[in-house]
Amino acid sequence: MADEEELILSDLPDDELVLQMHDDLYDGLKDEIIEAVEILLSRNWTPYDILTKALVEGMRIVGIDFRDGILFVPEVLLAANAMKGGMGLLKPLLVETGAPRLGKMVIGTVKGDIHDIGKNLVSMMMEGAGFEVTDLGINNPVENYLDALEAEQPDILGMSALLTTTMPYMKVVIDTLIEKGMREDYIVLVGGAPLNEEFGKAIGADAYCRDAAVAVETAKELIARKHNQVAAS
Amino acid sequence: MRSVHEKMQDSDARVLLLACGALAKEILTLLEINNWNHMELRCLPAQLHLTPEKIPAAVEEVVLTSKGRYDEIFVVYADCGTGGALQSLCEKLGVRMVPGPHCYSFFDGNEAFLKAQETEFTSFFLTDFLVRQFDAFVWRPMGLDRHPELRDVLFGNYTALVYLAQTDSPELDELAQAAAKRLGLAYSRRFTGYGDLATELSVLA
Repeated sequence: MADEEELILSDLPDDELVLQMHDDLYDGLKDEIIEAVEILLSRNWTPYDILTKALVEGMRIVGIDFRDGILFVPEVLLAANAMKGGMGLLKPLLVETGAPRLGKMVIGTVKGDIHDIGKNLVSMMMEGAGFEVTDLGINNPVENYLDALEAEQPDILGMSALLTTTMPYMKVVIDTLIEKGMREDYIVLVGGAPLNEEFGKAIGADAYCRDAAVAVETAKELIARKHNQVAAS
Repeated sequence: MRSVHEKMQDSDARVLLLACGALAKEILTLLEINNWNHMELRCLPAQLHLTPEKIPAAVEEVVLTSKGRYDEIFVVYADCGTGGALQSLCEKLGVRMVPGPHCYSFFDGNEAFLKAQETEFTSFFLTDFLVRQFDAFVWRPMGLDRHPELRDVLFGNYTALVYLAQTDSPELDELAQAAAKRLGLAYSRRFTGYGDLATELSVLA
């Protein structure tokens, strides 16, 4: 039997190349994604179009299959790593070409918690969707959030926790914002495996986000609502 | 020691212990050494831990089909990543469960574990069960058999592996040390015995 013919990415027309990129992201093929991004750039695609039509759309598919139990954490991590490779090329170009900015977010895992896989995915997908993201990393006491809110003046504060024992700390942060009269200045989104919508409401967050794709959609919706409220007042 | 299957055949049992499969060996030992013959053990698959959101529904199904056949049903799960959902369900169903966030917490003693978290929150915990089943419950589900390059993405924020030992077993100690080495973490062992699990079950005696 003859060997399977090697796929030459540069031979593919644009539409097929983009579909191939979705497949390659799904399979976590970082080198292929970087090569395809370079090809599209050489064909005068804008960095913004490559980001949204090829990378973000590909990760959206990965996210759906993760949610539906078809893909698991390792596969999502490999896909994210491939997307990161592509974004590494695009990021400086996006700054130069002035891609649309939807808003600004500060995000971090709460105090006592070192889990950051979900948070990192949210950061990446938010960046891909056009948000400027300041990622505070893991194990953040309330002071870290307050300092970053003051320094960055974001639209959104995102908090993540993976443990039943650490998720109540989100309420500590929100209560501190209320005490300082800052709560209404920000959209507060929370997420993490043991959380649910009820918990999000109970602690006074604006929304609980089940996964990175939902975080992006929720952020867009709440930002638009905020802008509409400002416009109406 | 009797098997889980044999225990399930008991007809004079007044208390049903509905437990995570990861606790079967430890519970059977406690039943045996304490002669708690009025307790019957039924286990749900330990694999549910890989999808904790499915634990409450699985528990509910067994509780609803078993109610009326026992004086008491005791759910031998801690919160186990359900974010309070299992606790709410147990309250709704009128059954008790083990307090605490995880089995490794109640083995250690919930109070002691919580206190230790101030300094141990960068530790990854194994129990006897998890040491024996390290490949099936940690290594493979995390994809490290297929993608060892993901190790530091998955475990890079941890600094140590702490083996909370229910039994004194040099063999498990050795396996736990090997697991720590595979994850690139420092190793320590702390003997806990059965901790709060024994206390909770003794209340049903």
